[in-house]
Amino acid sequence: MDPKLKKTKDSSSNSANSPDSTHSSFPFPDEVLERVLSLLHSHKDRSSVSLVCKDWYNAERWTRTKLFIGNCYSVSPEIVARRFPRIKSVTLKGKPRFSDFNLVPQYWGADVHSWLVMFAKVYPFLEELRLKRMTLSDESLKFLATSFPGFKALSLLSCDGFSTDGLKAIATHCKNLTELDIQENGIDDFGGGWLSSFSENCSSLEVLNFASLSSDVSFDALEKLVRRCKSLRILKVNKSISLDQLQQLLVHAPQLIELGTGSFQQELTPWQYEDLETAFSNCKNLQALSGLWEATSLHLPVLYAACASLTFLNLSYAALQSGELAKLVAHSPNLRRLWVLDTVGDKGLEAVGSSCPLLEELRVFPADPYELDLHHGVTEAGFLAVSHGCRKLHYVLYFCRQMTNAAVATIVLNCPDFTHFRLCIMNPGEPDYLTNEPMDEAFGAVVKTCTNLRRLAVSGLLTDLTFKYIGKYAKNLETLSVAFAGSSDRGMQCVLQGCPKLRKLEIRDSPFGNAALLSGVEKYETMRSLWMSACNVTMSACRLLAKDMPRLNVEVMRDEGSDDRQADKVYVYRSVAGPRRDAPPFVLSL
Amino acid sequence: MAHENELNLKATELRLGLPGTDESEDMVSIAKNNKRASPESVEDSGSKANSAAKSGDHETSSASKAQIVGWPPVRSYRKNNLQSKKAESESGMYVKVSMDGAPYLRKVDLKVYNGYPELLMALENMFKLSIGEYSEREGYEGSEYAPAYEDKDGDLMLVGDVPWDMFMSSCKRLRIMRGSEAKGLGCAV
Repeated sequence: MDPKLKKTKDSSSNSANSPDSTHSSFPFPDEVLERVLSLLHSHKDRSSVSLVCKDWYNAERWTRTKLFIGNCYSVSPEIVARRFPRIKSVTLKGKPRFSDFNLVPQYWGADVHSWLVMFAKVYPFLEELRLKRMTLSDESLKFLATSFPGFKALSLLSCDGFSTDGLKAIATHCKNLTELDIQENGIDDFGGGWLSSFSENCSSLEVLNFASLSSDVSFDALEKLVRRCKSLRILKVNKSISLDQLQQLLVHAPQLIELGTGSFQQELTPWQYEDLETAFSNCKNLQALSGLWEATSLHLPVLYAACASLTFLNLSYAALQSGELAKLVAHSPNLRRLWVLDTVGDKGLEAVGSSCPLLEELRVFPADPYELDLHHGVTEAGFLAVSHGCRKLHYVLYFCRQMTNAAVATIVLNCPDFTHFRLCIMNPGEPDYLTNEPMDEAFGAVVKTCTNLRRLAVSGLLTDLTFKYIGKYAKNLETLSVAFAGSSDRGMQCVLQGCPKLRKLEIRDSPFGNAALLSGVEKYETMRSLWMSACNVTMSACRLLAKDMPRLNVEVMRDEGSDDRQADKVYVYRSVAGPRRDAPPFVLSL
Repeated sequence: MAHENELNLKATELRLGLPGTDESEDMVSIAKNNKRASPESVEDSGSKANSAAKSGDHETSSASKAQIVGWPPVRSYRKNNLQSKKAESESGMYVKVSMDGAPYLRKVDLKVYNGYPELLMALENMFKLSIGEYSEREGYEGSEYAPAYEDKDGDLMLVGDVPWDMFMSSCKRLRIMRGSEAKGLGCAV
């Protein structure tokens, strides 16, 4: 055993042993160093700290309580268990992001169970688990619920493989639960009975989000739960909760900071309407509002009183028209973040521009992504209008059907502080609709002007020039998403060679081939992952990459009926755990 | 394009891309997409995705665009939520159909039709008559019969003027009028 290792795995207390440093030049005793380091929370800072020297590495690993693993296959449960003895909170992310858009087949992996088994052994006092794009079964949830007596917080986003039976296990067994946050998962909904499984003694809930579940829950059980949990600050109910039921809940929880309503459409008597209005105006701490399914101009006014303090308004499930949005934002001058559907149109966005000067984030989602209706959505005009009025805008996700280079250039002139610029022109390969030119200059303007840009998603008709711009100017870029873009390998090469901080690169349906893939051979170890699908990469290049870089996992999935030489889907990521041992037959680990 | 489904609404149709463009020559060459496209891919003005790979292909079937897997990048939960919302509000949209001179009324479920052509064909079959071509200017000029409907405000409107979806949400009942009576309904405002 390493003589410099001052603590054994059995040691339970920080200050049990007196300092025994073999580094005589090091002035601080362990206790002091650990005390200082325990104040560090950012995992990036902790990573840096651990690289200073062996003492700091050890002090850091003994004081780390929060684990963040951005790619569950980059490391193994065993390695983690060996290094970190005292973990209370874990965040684990699994599948590549494009799995959200059905590009990754089912049963690909990222199953959490082996992690849970390790956690139960090494971290019996685990309190929090946050999973994104992981697969977990009901059995895993039951195991989780029964293996950690102090378990407090469960957050599941974009996960799959489980059902409401698993939630039932959590509600039943986790006596100290403070957080249950279920968002947008591939969950089998067998009914709302799980909510009734919370024990009558449970009063510790602070966060309850079941907005994405469809089944009815027992309102009686919910009401009693809300009444008991005095510390409840985030409550997001599902569509089954009606307006008058919502009013009853709000009466018991005026302290809420975030509220997700249920269905916002119901025939209300004037008294019920008034009661609802009063309930909302009594929520003095409300900062975030979401839900609002089927909301219409009839009922939106009940919200006006609560809008004054709102900083986040999520209307992305309410197909509002421009007028309805305009009235709502007129009452919400403090909005920092706004999510809407494109039904609000350019006119709605104009209203946002004039009413929300503090706006920092805007997301406009398409109400009709497949153009099944003759539905107009938003254009460059709406985006321009927002940029004129909201100079602090730094995060945008914008789905539209037309855009111009000139508009984007003006937008970034108005708002040069973009950190996240995600523009989705929905028709693949769509040029500037006025000039019929590629959209290269638009994204060129973005990367030239927005020096703090960390995340970029490009779309429209794009040549290699876009990527030359990105490689030349986007020096802080960490995440890049590319679809139906580029003309040759040169494009991807420019990005790989030019963006020093690149961590995640995801590309689909673009003409980048082997030369491009192999130009990044040394780059990929500095990145979390690379995804390339429907590009021009072949198996031989992937094998070469795998051979040259043993610390990279190179995985290929082939489409049915495709040429044996084509590598249809390529996923490359750094790992200290070696090739996956749980890869299904359709994932080839090279 | 798919004229037969659009009732000659080309003039008012929202088009993507510049008029006259069908498929540009100097398109970005996009790697093998053929496998991805849904079977009913369509050569649409402005749609360059799959068409790049199959330049000679001019399948024109339904009005739905080529649906590329995972595009646009919207999460399944969000997509399903919007679509199911529509389904909920339109479960069985039955409206009465009266025909001048007929002894009794019929009922049709608007939900089963994808557009005006299908609805009109169904009405023609149901009542054994011919309705003829719609034109924005003339309405159903020259036909024996013209289809009209009563909207939410109680007004009698000519079928075909507004987008299909708008029609579906505002149509309260249908009425097949004799051509001679229908003159005057076809005049543009």
